[in-house]
Amino acid sequence: MKTAVIVFPGSNCDRDAHDALLKVTGKAPAMVWHKDGTIPDGTDFVMVPGGFSYGDYLRCGAMAGNSPVISQLKAHAERGGYVLGVCNGFQILCETGLLPGALMRNASLHFVCRPQALKVETANTAFTSAYDGRSEVIIPIAHHDGNYYADNETLDRIEGEGHVAFRYAAGQNPNGSARDIAGILSENGRVLGLMPHPERAIGGHEGGDDGLGMFESLLSAA
Amino acid sequence: MTDTTAILDHLTAEQDEAAGLEHGIKADEWDRLVTRLNRKPNLVELGIYSVMWSEHCSYKSSRRHLSKFPTKNDRVIQGPGENAGVIDIGDGQAAIFKMESHNHPSYIEPYQGAATGVGGILRDVFTMGARPIALVNALRFGSPDHPKTRSLVAGVVAGIGGYGNCVGVPTVAGETQFDEGYNGNILVNAMAVGLADQDKIFYARGATPGNPIFYVGSKTGRDGIHGATMASAEFSEGDEEKRPTVQVGDPFTEKLLIEACLELMATDAIQAIQDMGAAGLTSSSVEMADKGGIGVEMDLDKVPQREEGMTAYEIMLSESQERMLMVLKPGKVDVAKAIFDKYDLDAEVIGVTTDTGHLVLKQFGKVVCDIPVAPLADDAPNYDRPWNEPPKRAPLDIIKYPEPEDYGAVLVQLMSCPDMASKRWVWEQYDRHVMGDTIDSSQSGGDAAIVRIHETNKALAICSDCNPHYVAADPYEGGKAVVAEAYRNLSAVGAIPIAITDNLNFGNPEKPNTMGYIVKAIEGMAEACRKLDFPVVSGNVSLYNETDGVAIPPTPVVGGVGLIEDLSKTATLKGAQPGDALYVIGATEGALGASLYARVILGLKGEEAGAPPPVKLAEEVRLGGFVRSLIQSGLANAVHDVSDGGIACAAAEMAMASACGVKLMPGCQPEDNRADLGFFGEDQGRYLIAANEDQVRAWESEGFLLTELGKFGGDSIVLKTGLDENGKEFSITLSSLREAYEGWLPAYMNSVD
Repeated sequence: MKTAVIVFPGSNCDRDAHDALLKVTGKAPAMVWHKDGTIPDGTDFVMVPGGFSYGDYLRCGAMAGNSPVISQLKAHAERGGYVLGVCNGFQILCETGLLPGALMRNASLHFVCRPQALKVETANTAFTSAYDGRSEVIIPIAHHDGNYYADNETLDRIEGEGHVAFRYAAGQNPNGSARDIAGILSENGRVLGLMPHPERAIGGHEGGDDGLGMFESLLSAA
Repeated sequence: MTDTTAILDHLTAEQDEAAGLEHGIKADEWDRLVTRLNRKPNLVELGIYSVMWSEHCSYKSSRRHLSKFPTKNDRVIQGPGENAGVIDIGDGQAAIFKMESHNHPSYIEPYQGAATGVGGILRDVFTMGARPIALVNALRFGSPDHPKTRSLVAGVVAGIGGYGNCVGVPTVAGETQFDEGYNGNILVNAMAVGLADQDKIFYARGATPGNPIFYVGSKTGRDGIHGATMASAEFSEGDEEKRPTVQVGDPFTEKLLIEACLELMATDAIQAIQDMGAAGLTSSSVEMADKGGIGVEMDLDKVPQREEGMTAYEIMLSESQERMLMVLKPGKVDVAKAIFDKYDLDAEVIGVTTDTGHLVLKQFGKVVCDIPVAPLADDAPNYDRPWNEPPKRAPLDIIKYPEPEDYGAVLVQLMSCPDMASKRWVWEQYDRHVMGDTIDSSQSGGDAAIVRIHETNKALAICSDCNPHYVAADPYEGGKAVVAEAYRNLSAVGAIPIAITDNLNFGNPEKPNTMGYIVKAIEGMAEACRKLDFPVVSGNVSLYNETDGVAIPPTPVVGGVGLIEDLSKTATLKGAQPGDALYVIGATEGALGASLYARVILGLKGEEAGAPPPVKLAEEVRLGGFVRSLIQSGLANAVHDVSDGGIACAAAEMAMASACGVKLMPGCQPEDNRADLGFFGEDQGRYLIAANEDQVRAWESEGFLLTELGKFGGDSIVLKTGLDENGKEFSITLSSLREAYEGWLPAYMNSVD
């Protein structure tokens, strides 16, 4: 599988994304600088990493969503390429319109970093097939703006189409997210945005290893 | 249109002694200045002298005492004197670390004060070529009842998180305590640890004449002018109005600055580098000139400026954040500019190094400052302040106080008191996991954080410690205890303790009583550093922590760093298994003086709380080695240092972290059979260990005092006050203890007065 990681000014999970992809695929991803970088031809999977692109000084992801590299990202998605946006990456994907809805400030108004129990809504996706038979995984979160919002019609639609990939485990919603949504898929199921950080749960550290399944799923899909 | 003539006249006007006083230059210092300069200074020069000779920059009250610290061992590459300390961690790599205070700014404007504290300490570390890999903070607030405390906690925590989370460096450990002694003067001490290759370490020294002086980072504004001078004076009521002297942090720019500097450092372009911290462009240029034995000439019109019409005085004294100054090697300007351009950061050549030994500054084409560098740095005052021997406290006579009736209730009260209660509300606001190398953090409540060295099987153990109650009770023994606890905390996770950074927070050194605590605490700490082979490699002194004449409790905080050679050989407090025996290693005599129990349960303050426990340093070395050998050999399931609240509190922490109950007896049986001494005594040099029978059988414990206190199992903590039928049992379920322990801080922060 050929992979790439987009790097914005203020991205800070780009190295973690690199390491996770290297560990799972055995090959280093292309690191694509937002301003003048190119997503290499033949890339199967692009990761939009977490961090504070442009300091999140305007609205999280808003400025990155208008960066030069975004047109390439959209073209990749339109070709049916896989995209995973984590945390700030999820916010950016919502800003670009690749995913519906928006991420508002956490209901607590505090940044929150903790191991988070997630309900795997479906194992029938390119991102979750390795979780088949597991109803719950624990993946760390770390964000200030993870409170997913969309209007009811949109929420009904993405739920109805099976495009909610992960929810926060019952009673453990950390940010006030609508219908406990932690991660959603695009209509073609090939773009996933989620607040928890699978790249921080690849084994051998405090984040555990439940995130590996997401990359392994992709490896078998691509 | 700027009237340059009027500005130049203003800047170059000769100053007098009264102007010196306004700048915090005292009469004797004024005489010294005029003598060294051979004339009176102009306004720019006076401003520069005032910050360079401020307590904050010159350490004029503490320098002669700081020299008592040992600063070397086999692993020290760079001790105090550079931006941060550097230690050898093997395989050609180095750990670079320092702790620094941002106390005054954080009290005035908690969010920005704390945020810029984090920014400043990060710059100290990446200035030297290190990628920052961990942040730690030590916070001390006033009494929870004080009307300002809640908002200060909220602001400081948000500020630390806001900065550290954005730059993408994990905040892995810390401490948060409360005491009325900090009501008017909180402490915010931040520590950063970085990782570098030993052949790519950058210093402030090494600049030679004839090379470009390169300014990078944010533009210079009018913020923070005279911050260093503010940090060198006492507070009084209404000082919140000094808010404009607090700088505003921009972590996004810092993140870009880290990446750009590290990228430039990978090329061979930098001759010397210094971040612009306190006293900004002044101290960074003077430090590099002084350490290189050279002069500096700068054209201030070339300094990137945020506002129009700034004067040389303002430019030189601005403490705008996220700026660096470097001396480039010949022919490297284009390489450097291209890198900073990639990150959209300002980068300008603003001057040149010279062989004159003078600091020469020009604005609007005219010289506005021409002073020799050496007197600024080397001839700063170095006082031998008079000091009084701190009074000795009588030992606590526990017999005067009744034994508690319900030990379970005492345990709950201790574990949920402000100092001991879970700080989850704090550390959940910090990103602890970015960079992917956090093996153990505040999340497990352990003795030290464990941070893997990227792409290796090694790790650094990092902790911060200070028990100000001991230091107040006996600065010498208390100073020893601070260092010894850091040594134990690192040993308890299986790390070899290597070195410390210190952050000495005290009151006004011009008062002989306060100065006495400074002197004795340093001497005690130095003694411990020597005996434990645990030298000081960097640090910071924060004096004048007083409000309306009342000093804070003496609070010398240390940040310890140790090395774990093999990540498969570590221990934490959370591995205890049902059926494991609970052992205490080290002698328990029931030292309750200055203890948590004396303060919280007996309600004793100051003098009446008695003398702190003595620290036996040779014993610490022996015990630390033994504990590390157990961990190395896999002969312990969980290890925990015994500190505040004694054995009972330490065991409760292990039980909660391991999700396994424990039944235990006190660590000693004194003549009168009081169990509080054994449960809550804070005798130093002790560790709790959870181990199974096979492990215990393999211990080579000859010569070590080991006492089996009880066994893990069940879902309650059971305190049994004595052997057999003499002992009463007090039981408290883990869930109810956890509720009290976890509940205090969120309830406090969410309540409304």
